[in-house]
Amino acid sequence: MSEVVTTTPGLFPLPDWAKDELSDLKGHQKADLIDGSEGGAIEDAYERVRSEYVDHQQSAGLDRVVEGQGRWDDMIAHPLAVADAVETRGIVRYYDNNNFYREPVVTDDLAATGDVAAELDAASERVDSGLQAVLPGPYSLADLATDEHYGDDGAFLDAVAGFLADEISEFPDVETLFLLEPSLVENPPGDGEDERASEAIDAVAAAADADVVAHTYWGALGEKVYAHLMDADVDAIGFDFVANHEDNVYNISEYGTKDDVALGVVDGQNTLVEGPDTIAERIEWVDDNTPGTDFETVYATINTETFYLPANKYEAKLDALAAVNKAVISA
Amino acid sequence: MSDTREQFRPENHPNDHFLLTTVVGSYKKPKWLDRARELLEDEDASFDEDDWQEATDDAARLITEEHERTGMDVICDGEMRRNEMVEYFAHLIEGYEFNGRVKVWGHNYFDKPSVVEEVEYGEEWLVDEFEFTDSVSERPVKVPITGPYTLANWSFNEVYDDEEQLAYDLADLVNEEIERLVDAGATYIQIDEPALATTPDDHAIVGACLDRIVDEVPEDVRVGLHVCYGDYSRIYPEMLDYPVDEYDLELCNGNYEQLDVFTEHEFTKDLALGVVDAHVAEVEPVEEIKENIVKGFEVVPPERLTVSPDCGLKLLPREVAYGKMENMVQAAREVEEELDAGEIDVGLAAPTSD
Repeated sequence: MSEVVTTTPGLFPLPDWAKDELSDLKGHQKADLIDGSEGGAIEDAYERVRSEYVDHQQSAGLDRVVEGQGRWDDMIAHPLAVADAVETRGIVRYYDNNNFYREPVVTDDLAATGDVAAELDAASERVDSGLQAVLPGPYSLADLATDEHYGDDGAFLDAVAGFLADEISEFPDVETLFLLEPSLVENPPGDGEDERASEAIDAVAAAADADVVAHTYWGALGEKVYAHLMDADVDAIGFDFVANHEDNVYNISEYGTKDDVALGVVDGQNTLVEGPDTIAERIEWVDDNTPGTDFETVYATINTETFYLPANKYEAKLDALAAVNKAVISA
Repeated sequence: MSDTREQFRPENHPNDHFLLTTVVGSYKKPKWLDRARELLEDEDASFDEDDWQEATDDAARLITEEHERTGMDVICDGEMRRNEMVEYFAHLIEGYEFNGRVKVWGHNYFDKPSVVEEVEYGEEWLVDEFEFTDSVSERPVKVPITGPYTLANWSFNEVYDDEEQLAYDLADLVNEEIERLVDAGATYIQIDEPALATTPDDHAIVGACLDRIVDEVPEDVRVGLHVCYGDYSRIYPEMLDYPVDEYDLELCNGNYEQLDVFTEHEFTKDLALGVVDAHVAEVEPVEEIKENIVKGFEVVPPERLTVSPDCGLKLLPREVAYGKMENMVQAAREVEEELDAGEIDVGLAAPTSD
C-alpha cells in the first residue's frame, strides 16, 4: 500500500512581523523588490523568516520541508526576476488572482544565478533530512516571462529549461523537487507546443538528483497535454483535487499516472481549515476512484502556493496536513 | 428610465449645456487623520472613539469643502471614514471575520476578510457619512458603495457553495442600505465593481446583483456603476442591460484606446467618462482635459455625458488631486460654452439636421 508523504508547494506568506519589517526596509514600489543583491538588514530579516518557516514545518511534523520562498516577491517568476539577462518591467496580473508580479523580460542569454541554490544551502543548515526544492516548471516560467532575445517560442522554452537545469546543478542535496506548472492548466500549450512543454520538463527533471514532482493546479490538464506530460521522465505528477476532482480522476483513470502521485487536497486559497480527517478522506477518495492504480508514494500537499492566506491560517493548514493519520489511509 | 440627471444642474449654472461634473469617490486622507487612526489603534494612547469621530468629521468637512471649492456639481467626502473599499464594509456586515493581511504585490497587503457565516445586515454602513456630508455641503452628494460582486470576490468564502450565492446575499444588503440612504435623502448612488474588470466572464452575475440592488429604489434616484482597469470589450454591450443610469469608466489611463469598444454598438445609457488620470501625479492642463471630454461625444451626446476622473484619487498628493478636479471643472464649463456657441462639431455633439 502507498506511503503517504506530507508536503507543500512552498511560497509561504510572510509572518506579520516580517511584512512590517521588510516593507520598512525595502519600500512599497516595484523598484524596491528583490533583485538578488540585497544584504545586511534585509538578508538578516529573510534569514529569520526562513528559520521560522523551517521550525514550523518541523514542529508540525511535515515529511518534506521547503525553504518557504519568503523572498519570492514575484512569486514563481522569481528565478528570472533575479537573473542578469532579465529586465523587470511593469506590474502584471498573476494568473486569475488579485495578485501582481513584475513582468520579467529576457533581453540576453540566460545564465544560472545560484540564487535558489543559496536559499537551499541556508535551509539545509537547519534540515537534516527531507529537504524539498521548489522551482517553477519551464513551461510556466516561460509563460510568465516575455522574450526579447531568443526570438521564437521553442528556442525560448529550451533556454528557460536549460536555465532551470543549470540552477538545479548548483543545489545542495535535496530529497524532492517540486516543479510548479500552473500554466499547463491556465494557459495550456497547443498542438506541438504540448510535446515541447513535456520535453522541457523532462530536461529540467533530468538535471535533478532527487524525486521530481511536476505539480499542476487551478484545475485539470486537458487530455492531450496530460498524455504528453506522461512522457516526461518525472517521478510524479501533481493534481489539484480542490479545484477539479472529476477531470483529474478521469485523466488518471484514462491515461494512468506515474508510480508516485501528488494530490493537492488542502485549499491554499481559502481560510477554511480542513481538519486532518477531511484531508484523509480526500486522499482515500482519490484512491477509491482510481481502482486501476497502485500508488507507491502519495505526496499529500496543499494544492497551490500559500501566500494567498493570512499567516495564522497558513500555519493551521500546515498543522492539519501534518496531523493526517497515515495509518488509516494506508490500511 | 426617467431622466435623473437634470436634478443635479445647479440653479446658477452658466451655460445651456450641462456636463455633470463629479468624482469617483476616494481622496487622499490628510496626514493627521492617518496619525489619528494610529492613535485609535494604539492601546496605550488616550485617543478614544469620540476623538476618532471628531477627527473623521473634521476630515470629511475639510475634503467636502475642498471638492466644493473646485466648482464641481456633485461632490463626495473623499471616503474619509473608510479605511479600504472591502474592509470597511466587511467590518460592518455580520458574518465576516478578519484573520490578517495577505499579499497583493510586493510589500503591499490587504486585510482580506473571510465570510464565516451567512451574511446579515449588522451596523449601518453609510447613512451617517451621507447625512454629515449633506449637512456641510451646499451641493448634491454622491454615495459610492462597494458592489456585492467585489465584496464577494475579494473575500475568502468559507460558507457559501459558490461566490455567486454570496454575491446575491450581499446584493440584498446593499439594497437595504440604499433604501436607508434614500430615506435619508440620497439621490445619487454609485456601485463600485472593480472586480468585474478582472473576471469579466461573470458579467451576468453582476447584472443579477444589480437587479437586486435597485429593487424598489425610486426611479428618480440616479444609480451609476463604476468599473476600472479592465478589458471592456468583454463586458460590452452586454452591460447596457444592467438596471443603472450611468457607467463610470476609466479610459484616460489607457489613452482612450478602448473608446472604439463603445462606438460599435450604440451606448444607450449615460457615460461618466474618466478625463483625468488617477495614476499620474501631474495635473493635466485644461486644454488637454477639454480634448478628452470631446472624445466622449464620439460615444454619447452632451446631455448624456458626465465628466469625472478615471478612478478614486486617494493615491495622489492632495494638491495634485485638487488641481486635477479644478482643471476638470473649468474644462467642462469651457466645453459647455463652446457647445452653446455651436463651436464643437464632433460625433454625437454635432448639430442635428433639424
